[in-house]
Amino acid sequence: MSPLLNLATGPRTPRTIVAHVEDRPGVLARVVTLFRRRGYNIVSLTVARTHEPGVSRLTAVVDADDDTARRLEANLYKLIDVISVDDLTAAPAVIHELAMVKVNAAPRERTDVIELGKVFGARVVDVGPTTLTVQITAPRDAVDRLIAALGPHGIVDLVRTGAVAMPRGDVAPVPKADAYTLEEPDLDPDLDD
Amino acid sequence: MTAMPIAPPAPAAAGASPANTPAPFTPAPDGAELTGSQIMWEALVAAGVDCVFGYPGGAIMPAYDAMPAYPIRHVLVRHEQGAAHMAEGYARASGKVGVAIATSGPGATNLVTGIANAQLDSVPTVFITGQVSSALLGTDAFQETDVTGITLPITKHNYLVTRAEDIGPTVHEAFFVARTGRPGPVLVDITKDALQQKAIWHPPKGEPRRRGYRPDLRAREADLERAAAMIDAADRPVIFCGHGVVRAGASRLLQDFVARTGIPVASTLLGLGGFPATHPLSLGMMGMHGEAWVNTSIQEADLLIALGMRFDDRVTGRLATYAPHARKIHVDIDPSEIHKNVRVDLPILDDVARVLTALEPRVKRRDRKAWMQRIDALRGDSAVRDIRNLPDDGHLYAAHVILDLWRLTEGKAIVVTDVGQHQMWEAQYYKHDHPRKLITSGGLGTMGFALPAAIGARMACPDDEVWVVAGDGGFQMTACELSTLAQEDAKVNVAIINNGFLGMVRQWQQFFYQGRYVATPMRSPDFVKLAEAHGLTGLRVTKRSEIEAAYATAKATPGTVVIDFRVEQEDAVYPMVPSGADLHDMIRRPAPASAIVEKPEDF
Ligand SMILES: Cc1ncc(C[n+]2csc(CCOP(=O)(O)OP(=O)(O)O)c2C)c(N)n1
Repeated sequence: MSPLLNLATGPRTPRTIVAHVEDRPGVLARVVTLFRRRGYNIVSLTVARTHEPGVSRLTAVVDADDDTARRLEANLYKLIDVISVDDLTAAPAVIHELAMVKVNAAPRERTDVIELGKVFGARVVDVGPTTLTVQITAPRDAVDRLIAALGPHGIVDLVRTGAVAMPRGDVAPVPKADAYTLEEPDLDPDLDD
Repeated sequence: MTAMPIAPPAPAAAGASPANTPAPFTPAPDGAELTGSQIMWEALVAAGVDCVFGYPGGAIMPAYDAMPAYPIRHVLVRHEQGAAHMAEGYARASGKVGVAIATSGPGATNLVTGIANAQLDSVPTVFITGQVSSALLGTDAFQETDVTGITLPITKHNYLVTRAEDIGPTVHEAFFVARTGRPGPVLVDITKDALQQKAIWHPPKGEPRRRGYRPDLRAREADLERAAAMIDAADRPVIFCGHGVVRAGASRLLQDFVARTGIPVASTLLGLGGFPATHPLSLGMMGMHGEAWVNTSIQEADLLIALGMRFDDRVTGRLATYAPHARKIHVDIDPSEIHKNVRVDLPILDDVARVLTALEPRVKRRDRKAWMQRIDALRGDSAVRDIRNLPDDGHLYAAHVILDLWRLTEGKAIVVTDVGQHQMWEAQYYKHDHPRKLITSGGLGTMGFALPAAIGARMACPDDEVWVVAGDGGFQMTACELSTLAQEDAKVNVAIINNGFLGMVRQWQQFFYQGRYVATPMRSPDFVKLAEAHGLTGLRVTKRSEIEAAYATAKATPGTVVIDFRVEQEDAVYPMVPSGADLHDMIRRPAPASAIVEKPEDF
């Protein structure tokens, strides 16, 4: 049993965590090593540069319960290259991923595939002699549903980027506050008596 | 003392290799053009380094070549693991950052055990390794290993430096990271060409700024108020003194806090000395080999105030039954420790010293007599079984060796222990009243730690008496460093608790593997002759009556003295909470048939 499960609180659900990191050699290795070493199960991980020179943004989706998610934040916080950490799971946020699906589509099947794609707001980005490549940008469950719907045509190739996330409204993830604070423990004070 | 059989080259024999003689030194001015090597030493001097432990080799040679111009003592070790432990011993004894240097490839990989040890015990250390030239990186060149890759999970942070101009700022930042927040090891891997190239030197100014590094966490007012209320309301509280108390220099503050609140203090292994062991409210060490009354009082407590400790599994026993009646306040500087092993009621993220300072005026003055009476009753029950209370039966017990060491050094020595039974006996019987006087490998439990760590402590504290307490097994892992002691003409006294076994493992075999002693009987060299072979003094003790004289000789003899204590072979450390058992479920020392009941105060 992973030591992380000692204190498992509640069910393990996918968490979306966004971090800004300094764009330095090895920073991704540090983050991945942390996930591996502490036993976090990565659902997806995306990293790319931002508009700010020297700063990259990382979106990780991990399966975790409340306490392990909180400790993941704390462990990321300890990495010196990490500038900010935000758990967007419960916050109002746009969480999207991009997928490209190449499906079998003989000329007479093409309209079917194109129509199906339209239902999901996907579009065709490549046409081969016997295939179509459909691209979708949507929340994960919509991507899942499109893939399921295209399944009967025969999937030839598939790629998903994993989720990227952004808070809704005017807010942006803030760099690490000067003082890191934990959420209030929500324990019943009389629990132990 | 016999003469050294093979004399080292003249300068070292005189104890004054060029590097060891402080040359008149003025730091290079801002804007000077220096080699990367010179920049490295300038940066070390600027960081306040006066002593480094190391071993040369190809990739780091440019740095060694530049070293004699700088006022830094270099201790040439016999194995790089020793250099790492020496840096740790230096740091633990002094509170400063310890530094070890090695070459690329095997030099760096030999450091790894020590780096991991420093990581688990949060020891502020900087490791500098040479690396192959930047053009060769990634080509499997001679003596190339991916040292930053290897040490990534066992350092607080590490750096690969490929340009001379980056060496100064990197070394500056490395020291800052190593000693701030929760301290730890930082490794700086420097390519040979970076050491050889020239760059403009700028002395460091102020604290380095990194956007993502904010080590200075502060408690919230509301939490301090809550903590005070929880403390005031508690009738059976226990304070836990962890390594964080020692690191924060909070011993005095803790004593003041205890004087006001009357709360007894239990220590972790690394917290020993953080609160005076002879203080009436000191309970002693908790956990797997903690005395019965300590663990029982934790199980009966209604409040735990954990200061700079991390509820390690060796301390808690089975989590499901741990301190079931206690609410828990956890003060730590590292947010990732909160709720890691034990779910607490109130976490406070701050430096222990600041928290104690802020809490003291907020808590009520109380004496908590009933609680102490209860604990004293538990103590009386244990004293019957205490090996100290056994009459001399002609056997030599390790507990007596350590008890006498405590008595004869007046509890003032720096004691550096290895890992095993002797380590636990030391923790139980040497009463540390002062912080930074017990240096031991806690989190990693690294055999071979003691002798080199003691050499580091010796360099940090030239006026203290330094003792190694090691088992016959662990001592042999790094015994080569006796030669370092001889070359440095440094005095460290060594007590080998020689039971002819890998004792702690043998004890587990006795308790949990039906006494099958597989691969634990161990033959050792003649330790007296081994000492003499190094030009040092060796003694042997086989009876309790000889202990005192041996210690007197050790004290009076110049240079290192190694004492081979031939102790009872199949003795066990009691009490013992088996791994994963309830904390109150202890294996106790069988009560002697003819117990002479004395109280602990008789000693
Ligand atoms: C490097 C290393 N290898 C193995 C162990 C496992 N181990 C823990 S205690 C111990 C026995 C130590 O024997 P000794 O040094 O003679 O000390 P004693 O227990 O007899 O006091 C061993 C093998 C360890 N802690 N460290």
